[in-house]
Amino acid sequence: MATDKVDPIHQFHLNDLIPVNIGGLDLSFTNSSLFMVIVAVVTAGFLYLTTANRGLVPTRLQSISEMSYEFVASMLRDGAGSQGMRFFPFVFSLFMFILVANLVGMVPYFFTVTSHIIVTFAFSMLVIGLVVVYGFWKHGFHFLNLFVPSGVPGALMPLVVMIEVISFLSRPISLSVRLFANMLAGHITLKVFAGFVFSLGSMGAIGIGGAILPLAMTVALTGLEFLVAFLQAYVFAVLTCMYLNDALHPGH
Amino acid sequence: MVDSNDADRNANPGAGGGNPEKGGDSLEARRKRLATELAARSAPEAPEVEGREKPQGFALAVKLSSEFIAGVLVGALLGYILDRFAGTTPWGMIVFLLLGFCAGVLNVLRSTGAVSTPVPGSRSGSTDQGTHNQ
Repeated sequence: MATDKVDPIHQFHLNDLIPVNIGGLDLSFTNSSLFMVIVAVVTAGFLYLTTANRGLVPTRLQSISEMSYEFVASMLRDGAGSQGMRFFPFVFSLFMFILVANLVGMVPYFFTVTSHIIVTFAFSMLVIGLVVVYGFWKHGFHFLNLFVPSGVPGALMPLVVMIEVISFLSRPISLSVRLFANMLAGHITLKVFAGFVFSLGSMGAIGIGGAILPLAMTVALTGLEFLVAFLQAYVFAVLTCMYLNDALHPGH
Repeated sequence: MVDSNDADRNANPGAGGGNPEKGGDSLEARRKRLATELAARSAPEAPEVEGREKPQGFALAVKLSSEFIAGVLVGALLGYILDRFAGTTPWGMIVFLLLGFCAGVLNVLRSTGAVSTPVPGSRSGSTDQGTHNQ
């Protein structure tokens, strides 16, 4: 029982809530799926309700919605130019989903969707897939100019192009690993320090005195985790904008 | 920059203070002035806000290591796939793993801003921020 309480990995277990098995594929509705639905409902519901009876002078909640719009719009304009605004719905949905998923994961006993690499990898493959498809659709084979830097001697060109291609292909991996590792490590750290409080607290009076230190650490880490939750959603969205910029203007 | 903004802001109410409710064109002018002022004020902050935030400690470690590991992993994966389908068993892995290390180092150098991207018009996150957005 005690190991279950202080096991830092326990929070990431997937449990089947509604087992679904179609053609040998395990399509069960898990706790991860449940929290994805919750995140989507919370995001859409918040944005809908706060802008439902919109006024010229915004209420507090309405101004939160407007600020998130402004924030993503300016990020996209800076990162990908005004042409990038055609991707606004995509980037905004992605940013809001990741942000709300990270924040929902901060509630005790809640599941953090973005702490599973397959989820973040799906996001980043979506981004890179969009970049590649749109780049080829818009520019045809000129999109491949992205991999050919100017001013490189001809003899080195094949090597440099190979390295550029590998560097491009490594983007979805680094993008997904960064978000996943931050969320995973943050939640594990939080749980470990909270586990110290529990373990020390069950050791009598001296233990309770000693438990104050990890408790203070846990409080501080919680604040830090909220920062990380926002920062990682922001970093993901900024990098998405930069990659979309590549699709829009692939060098010359 | 900040000083000139402040001076501007202080000067403008004095100049426009004589006819604050002149009519529609005055409102237009004031809105335009507000827009330019807001743009001017947010512009100096923009590069440091949306360039790279200054990550510290752990965030920086995760960022750089993920860049490097991703390069190596993709190189190894490409080599493995090539070997699997072309039957060139050790060589594809050797060559692509080395290329993957190069790409990983390149990724790290780029994300720290030590190497600016050689391709004009791509990746606006590097050191020459904002000069080639259009």
